[in-house]
Amino acid sequence: MNTWDNNPVLKVEHLTMRFGGLTAINDLSFNVGRGDITALIGPNGAGKTTVFNCITGFYKPTEGRLVMNRSSDEKHLLERMSDFKITADAKVARTFQNIRLFGGMTILENLMVAQHNRLMIASNWTIGGLLGLGGYRKSNLDAIETARYWLERIELIDRADAPAADLSYGDQRRLEIARAMCTGPELLCLDEPAAGLNPKESLELNNLLQYIRKEHDTSVVLIEHDMSVVMEISDHVVVLDYGVKISDGTPEFVKNDPHVIAAYLGVEDGEVELVEEEVGL
Amino acid sequence: MDYFLQQLINGVTLGSIYGLIAIGYTMVYGIIGMINFAHGDIFMVGSFIALILIVALGITAATPVLLLILALALVLVVAMALTAVWGWTVERIAYRPLRGSFRLAPLITAIGASIALQNFVQVSQGAKNKPLQPLFSGGFQLTDGGADGSGIVVNLSYIQILIVVTTVILMGSFTYLINNTNLGRSQRACEQDRKMASLLGVNVDRTISLTFVMGASLASVAGLMFLLYYGVIDFYIGFLAGVKAFTAAVLGGIGSLPGAMLGGLLIGLIETFWSGYFSVEYKDVAAFSILAIVLIFMPEGLLGQPEVEKV
Repeated sequence: MNTWDNNPVLKVEHLTMRFGGLTAINDLSFNVGRGDITALIGPNGAGKTTVFNCITGFYKPTEGRLVMNRSSDEKHLLERMSDFKITADAKVARTFQNIRLFGGMTILENLMVAQHNRLMIASNWTIGGLLGLGGYRKSNLDAIETARYWLERIELIDRADAPAADLSYGDQRRLEIARAMCTGPELLCLDEPAAGLNPKESLELNNLLQYIRKEHDTSVVLIEHDMSVVMEISDHVVVLDYGVKISDGTPEFVKNDPHVIAAYLGVEDGEVELVEEEVGL
Repeated sequence: MDYFLQQLINGVTLGSIYGLIAIGYTMVYGIIGMINFAHGDIFMVGSFIALILIVALGITAATPVLLLILALALVLVVAMALTAVWGWTVERIAYRPLRGSFRLAPLITAIGASIALQNFVQVSQGAKNKPLQPLFSGGFQLTDGGADGSGIVVNLSYIQILIVVTTVILMGSFTYLINNTNLGRSQRACEQDRKMASLLGVNVDRTISLTFVMGASLASVAGLMFLLYYGVIDFYIGFLAGVKAFTAAVLGGIGSLPGAMLGGLLIGLIETFWSGYFSVEYKDVAAFSILAIVLIFMPEGLLGQPEVEKV
């Protein structure tokens, strides 16, 4: 019994996603442990991003369930929710492989948009806010405070009013994570957060993820190709190949799993039978 | 010079009305990247609602000034609310079901909504012109035409002041709403990346609806102003006013709020100056020619942002 099976924050159960004749994910089940950093790895085209798209409501899964267990014991079936509710109610946030900041808005505004719902209710859907009711002013200050907190975390507090598009690539990456955190998520899905980062930026990213896990009630799932990142920070690794789970365990276990080695490195012709025997094909 | 001044006053008044309508076009274009062809007819519906309310409340020029202003304010608020419902309905029926389908489909339903609105008003209100007795008369006389009577009397009527002042107030508060409130921030977020905004918990459908509602209520203000200024409306006024306001939005740079105001003002001025100095018949030709010339040299319009190719 692994720790992530005890009280998972997200249970993926028999997830299948077909696009016409193409089966991108086939009968995939795994658990995301509460408070863990879970890595989803696999060769290109293995279906990792498709899993994310199912979790965050971009795709409706062909089969299967996605059960989100909030820390408040509320359960949400993600495959039945529309995308904005997945963030607003089920508290799942996500970043993309390519950067999708609101480039024309300031850094602070980017973080404020993420707190839209709270402010909308506090301002009585803008009307109270325009009339200057006290409740709105307070939550507006709270929202700015939250934004400042994250800006200090990612060391961009001095540039709060600069357009987001002016930031360097590494800063934009971290701003995206900060923005996702401003929605107050319990599950944070990061799609290749370290892609294109230099070693220093990569280190800063690791520190940020460790900090999020330690200081906040947020579990992290990440897709990552950089094995040094995966092995260093993750508690639990799930390996996909051709839409099927081929390995699931601690980084140590996965690293030595012959299935994974075969999928990643391939094997010599002479060893095919040997490996197949070991793998059980 | 006096003649010029008079044309300037007329042009600014007309331009204010165009500007108010143009905001609706530019906002909807900004957020969903499509032209709301029913917007001109929303303006027409707004002016009919205002006329019906004015008649129902029994407002005439004989009403005491204070009461008249209060009553008109009431008319304005009710007309804005009712027209907003029309705007919301158009979005709900003609746009939302087709979101995500190919680009031309909502365009066609919008044209359908436009025709439906026109015919609805034609059938329910009749095809004849609806006149309204002027509610405000008089104004300031800026010049007296000279001692020998050779000059021109320049009039700045109360109604013109009312139109320009209302427009300035509305545009100011609208700019504030878009730039500084939570709602405006989410609208700008939806404008830039709708999918991402929804992933941050913004209800994109509702934000788009609110954009239509805001545009429609501004159009109804323009409808009331048009009614008070010209004193006659019919079911077809939405078409030409809509095309002009759309032109204004494109001229100013579609998607840009200050651009819509500037474009409206320019179209209004071009029209009045052309009719004042050249010929009334060709005023529309002049307005559209200038649009064409501007777009050749500045394809994004005067204040538009060049569209960044999305990767």
